[in-house]
Amino acid sequence: MQVNIKKAGKSKGFSAFTAALLAVLLGLVFGYIIMTIASPANSFLGFQKLLMGGFKRIGDVFYYATPILMTGLAVGFAFKMGLFNIGASGQYTMGMFFALYVGFMWKLPDSVHWLVCVLAGMIGGMFWGLIPGIFKALLNVNEVITSIMFNYIGMYLVDMLIQGNATMYISSKTRTSYLPASAQMPSLGITNSSVNISIFIAITAALILFVVLNKTTFGYELKATGFNKYASAYAGMNGKRNIILTMAIAGAMAGLGGAFAILAPSTIAGSSMTYEPVSVIAANGFNGIAVALLGNSSPIGIIFSALFVSHIQRGGTLASLYGYKPEIIDVVIAVIIYFSAFAMLMNAMVGNLIKKLFSKNQSEKILPADPKEEA
Amino acid sequence: MDTFYYLIQNTLPVAIPLLLVALGGMFSERSGVINIALEGIMLFGAFFGCLFVYFVQSTSMDTQGILLLGMLVAATAGFLYSLLLSLAAVTMKADQTITGTALNMLVPAAILLFSKMSFNSDGITTNKNFYVKEVPALSEIPVLGKLFFQNTYITVYIGIVLLVISAIVFYKTKFGLRLRACGEHPHAADSVGINVYFMRYAGVSLSGILGGIGGFFYAVGVMNGNTNGHTGVAGFGFLALAVMIFGQWKPFKILLAALFFAFLRTVAYSIALIPFLDALNINQTYYKMLPYVATMVVLAFTSKKSRAPKAEGIPYDKGLR
Repeated sequence: MQVNIKKAGKSKGFSAFTAALLAVLLGLVFGYIIMTIASPANSFLGFQKLLMGGFKRIGDVFYYATPILMTGLAVGFAFKMGLFNIGASGQYTMGMFFALYVGFMWKLPDSVHWLVCVLAGMIGGMFWGLIPGIFKALLNVNEVITSIMFNYIGMYLVDMLIQGNATMYISSKTRTSYLPASAQMPSLGITNSSVNISIFIAITAALILFVVLNKTTFGYELKATGFNKYASAYAGMNGKRNIILTMAIAGAMAGLGGAFAILAPSTIAGSSMTYEPVSVIAANGFNGIAVALLGNSSPIGIIFSALFVSHIQRGGTLASLYGYKPEIIDVVIAVIIYFSAFAMLMNAMVGNLIKKLFSKNQSEKILPADPKEEA
Repeated sequence: MDTFYYLIQNTLPVAIPLLLVALGGMFSERSGVINIALEGIMLFGAFFGCLFVYFVQSTSMDTQGILLLGMLVAATAGFLYSLLLSLAAVTMKADQTITGTALNMLVPAAILLFSKMSFNSDGITTNKNFYVKEVPALSEIPVLGKLFFQNTYITVYIGIVLLVISAIVFYKTKFGLRLRACGEHPHAADSVGINVYFMRYAGVSLSGILGGIGGFFYAVGVMNGNTNGHTGVAGFGFLALAVMIFGQWKPFKILLAALFFAFLRTVAYSIALIPFLDALNINQTYYKMLPYVATMVVLAFTSKKSRAPKAEGIPYDKGLR
C-alpha cells in the first residue's frame, strides 16, 4: 500500500492533479471568505449552492462546458508549444461570426446546414489564430501582444459587420435575429436545457488533440519546441512552420467553441441564441485560460476542468438566490488561476513538509537506540 | 487651426496614462519581470482613486487637491496590488504571464462584485470635474498657451514631471543601473553583491505605483472621473505594453510612442469634428480599430531587432548560477 502511494506521488500526472486540486481548494476558501464578508448570515447556504447547485442542472453544466472546453483546448494546445494564446476570445468571436453568417445568408439543405455553419466557425477561428502565428513566426512579434490586439480588432470588426447587416441584426432590439432552425444543432432533448450534440464533438476534438500530441511526429515536435526551442531547431525541426500550424489549430478550436455557443438550440421553440454587439470582449476566451491551466494543458485534463468550471459557474448563478452576485465566480476563477501558477511549487513544498513529518516520526523511533550504542 | 488645437488638447490627457503605465512596464521589464498585469493594476488604481473622490466630493476640499490626494491613493493601491505579482513571480518563481493574466481577470470581477453590492451599479460615478479651463498667466502665451495651458487637466503636468523623475532614476542613479543589470544578466549582478530579488521587487513595485497613477489619470482624463467594471480601462494596459515595446524600453522614446498612439485614438473619437475625414464617410468603427491596427503594424517593423531585456520572463534562481 505504502509503495503504491509513493509511486503515485512520483508520477507527473498525479502531482499536476494534486496541484490543480490545491489551487481549486484555495480559490474556493477565498470565495467563501468573500461571501462571509459580504453577507455572513447566508454564507454557508450560499456556498453550499455554489458547490452543489450544478448537480441539479446537469444538462446546463454540459451545455456551458462546451464552449469553454473548446477555448480551453485552444489555450492549452498552444501552451504545449510554449505559446500563450491569450487571443482565444477574438478567435471565439470570429468563429461565432462565421457561423452566424453561414446560418443566415446561405440557403442549404436542412440536414447539412448546421454542419456547414460549424465548419465555417472553425475556419473563422483558424483564420484569426493564423495571424498571430504568422506575426510570431515571421516577424518575431510577441504572440501575447498580437493576440490581445486581435481580440480588440476582432471584437470591433464583428460588431460592425453584424450591425451593418439587416438580415442578421435587429437594431431596435440591439441583438441578432433568430437563426433558422436548420442552422441550430440537434438537441439532446433534456428538458429546460440547451445541451446538444456539440458536447460530444468537443470531447472528440479533445481526444483527437490528445492523439496528435502523443502519437504523431507533429505532436512530438510541438512538445519538443515547447521544452527547448533551440534544441529542437538544432535537431532540424521547422519551428516557424510548427508555430503557424499550432496557432491555426488553436484558433480552429476556439472558433468551434464560438460556433457551438451560438448554434445551440434554444429551449423556447422558434427562438435561438443571439449575439449582442456591445463592444465587450468575449469572456469565454478568458475562461478558457482558466480551464487550460487547471487541466494542466492536457486535452484529457481540460475535459474535466471545463466541466468543473462550468459546474461552479452554474452553482454561482444559483447562489444569487441568497443575494450573492454571480461575479463571485469570476473572482474565484481568477484566484484559482493565480494559485495554479505556482501550485506545482506549493505542492512540492507541502509534499516535502509531509515527508519531513514522516521522517521525523521515524527518526524519533530510532533515536532511543542510538545512545545505547554509544554507551 | 482650431481643429488642430482641439486635437492636441485632447491628445495630451490620453497620452499621459499611456506614458506613465508604459514607464511602469519599463521599470518592471528592465528588472526582469514581464508585467502583463498592468491592465489590472491600472483598473485597481483607478477604482480606489475614484472611490476616494466619491467619499470626499461633497466636502469643501479644493478640486485639484482632491485629484492630488486621489493620485496618492491610486499609487498606494497599485503598489499593493503589484506585490501580488512580485510574490508569485519573484518569490514563488511562477510563470509571469499566467500570474499577470490572473491578476487582470481578478480586478474587473472584484469591482463588479463590490459595486453591485454596495452601489447597485457597475462601477463608481463621481460628480467631480477635474477639467482646467485655462492656467492663469501661462495660457496667454501665443500658440503654446493655447496648445498646453487651455482646456486641459493637471494630470498632464504631473505626468511630465514623473517622466523626468523616472528618467533620472533610471539613468543617473546607482539604483537605476542595478535595476537594469538585473534585467540583462541577473547572475552577474548577483555576483557583485546586488540583491536580485530586492531589485525585482522594486521594479515591479514601481510599475505598480506608476500603473495605479496611470489608471487614475485615465479615469480622470478620459472617463470624466468614473470607473466601470465592464469596460475597465479599454485595453490601455495592453496598449501601454505595446507603447513600451515601440519605445524600445527607453523613457523618452516611450513618450513619443505614447503621443503617437494617443493622437490616433483622439482622431478616431473625434471624426465628426475633422471636416476632411468626416467627408470621407467611413464607418467610425474602422477608426476605433486604428490604434490596435497601428500597434500591429509598428510592432511588425520594430520587433525583428528587438531590444528586449535579455533576462525578462525568466524567474531568477540562485541555484543556477
